Amino acid sequence: MDVYLPILRDIWRSPTGRIGLVLVILILLFAILGPVFSVAPNKIAVQDRFQGPSLQHLLGTDNLGRDLFSRTAQGTRAALAISLIVVALSLLIGAIIGVAAGMAGGWIDRGVIVLFDIISAYPAVILAMGLIALYGVGFTNLLLVVTLLFIPQFGRMARAQTLSLRHQPFIDAERVLGLPMAKLVWRHFLPNVLGPLIVLASMNVPVVITIEAGLSFIGLGVQPPQASLGSLIRDGYVFLNQSWWPTIGSAITLALATLGSTLFGEALRDAADPKLRGRHK
Amino acid sequence: MPAIVQFIVQRLAAALLTLVGAILLLFVIIQFVPGDLASILLGPRATPELRAQFAERMGLDRSIPEQIFLFFRRAVSGDLGTDVVTGRDILSIILDVLPNTLQLAGAGLLISLAFGIALGCIAALKPGSLIDTVLGVASVAFITTPAFVVAIFLLLIFSLKLHWLPVTGAGAPGDPLDRLSHLILPATALSIGWIGYLARLVRASLLEVLSEQHVRMMRAYGVPEGRIVRHFALRLALVPMVAVMGIGVGDMISNAVFVEIIFARPGIGTLIYNAILNRNFPIVQAGILFTVLTYVTCNLLVDVINALLDPRIARSLNKPA
Repeated sequence: MDVYLPILRDIWRSPTGRIGLVLVILILLFAILGPVFSVAPNKIAVQDRFQGPSLQHLLGTDNLGRDLFSRTAQGTRAALAISLIVVALSLLIGAIIGVAAGMAGGWIDRGVIVLFDIISAYPAVILAMGLIALYGVGFTNLLLVVTLLFIPQFGRMARAQTLSLRHQPFIDAERVLGLPMAKLVWRHFLPNVLGPLIVLASMNVPVVITIEAGLSFIGLGVQPPQASLGSLIRDGYVFLNQSWWPTIGSAITLALATLGSTLFGEALRDAADPKLRGRHK
Repeated sequence: MPAIVQFIVQRLAAALLTLVGAILLLFVIIQFVPGDLASILLGPRATPELRAQFAERMGLDRSIPEQIFLFFRRAVSGDLGTDVVTGRDILSIILDVLPNTLQLAGAGLLISLAFGIALGCIAALKPGSLIDTVLGVASVAFITTPAFVVAIFLLLIFSLKLHWLPVTGAGAPGDPLDRLSHLILPATALSIGWIGYLARLVRASLLEVLSEQHVRMMRAYGVPEGRIVRHFALRLALVPMVAVMGIGVGDMISNAVFVEIIFARPGIGTLIYNAILNRNFPIVQAGILFTVLTYVTCNLLVDVINALLDPRIARSLNKPA
């Protein structure tokens, strides 16, 4: 805990970090508590369709009269869940592959680098579209495909960190003292690699949210009746002539979620950088 | 051999290797799709004869290495097959819409460069001022708002409310003015994020250059600040910007999918998207191949331009790290 408190304090002391932290907490609360305080998100009441914001429907209703506050909360929950799972999975897999490649060296290392380059040779959204189209839409496939897109970034960073650690004196010392390889990796490499990876992960949360929303917007992400910020924007866009409200509520929520997590991620990056530590006194 | 030539040859080889790998990956991805490949790839509209023809063409009854060879030979020779739905040559379908996407991405790139550099300079010349703070906040907002959200709101405001610009399509072929008016909104939507990103990047690197010794020296000699920025500092500050443009192109191609869909603009994005909806996979596959080709080529160009701007990059390649 002693390590994390100064970082949190640094984030709070930077003006943009504070905005980011507050936004992230608000979005989290909205995602967690929103559904509790609202009517069923999938309840159809066609007679109430295209209503503007009111006390009963804080964000209005959509083309089927469904309550947009509940649906936006549900979509926010999906966006956060997906982005956190994707980032955690790609961090984990990337760290394992990257550390292994860095430790192994030689042709294994080269092979892994080439594989990462090949995956990154595809524009991200295009590769995701192709994979989802071939393997089918659905929650699991969405998670797996987007995770695949982000593994190279984490893998490259884990590998670079491993390479720079490999010849540090304390590693040599442990090796000379006879520490088994598995323990060496577990005790020294993973903890040292993890710091930068966590920063990268937090910077990637808004990127994943954007990609998920984009894929859901074109119907290849989260499937109905489950709401997603992207599909809400899509539904609103289809009925733009009748009402602006469905688009506006979900688009602003999406923008605030990505803005908050970006500001938070950048503040975390600066706070974790020892060179910048203690800048905001 | 001069370092720069060596650098270009090495980068070219790496790009070719990546392309080969990318085609191989595409092959593997298609191989692992569960079920009968011919009926999945051709979709419900295909007749049994078409399916048999397809299996023959793909060499589905042959060994995997043979199939890979066939796949490569067709990809390299540009023989992408015939569209099941229209009966047209797939390559010509792609070449029909590709210019639209390239124009869109190119225009997006130009807009983001122009505004990104200008805003970055304004912010860097008065660090800590009100305008610097405002631009900083605006940049983050620009970066974090997804392109398809920007596209929808641009469409809402400028096409549907104000009726200033056309709503959909790419304009009549052969009418440059019409095409330009159809390009403005989609290209702006595509560029917003990169305007913010470049503005921040240019600001940061310009501030760094302006604090260096030789710039202080020039100031001491009384060279006007505007001249220092325009003639010396900006040129140095732009080098890191070129380096990220490779990523920028990939981002533009990705986001072009959404923007093209929203503005109903013919292009590689709408082509792939519609082919996915119709389950017409030969087109999806060919479209993906072309986006990869475009992306890898642009990255290669960016690397070479970068090395030409900064000779240290080419030289460092030949030295052990």
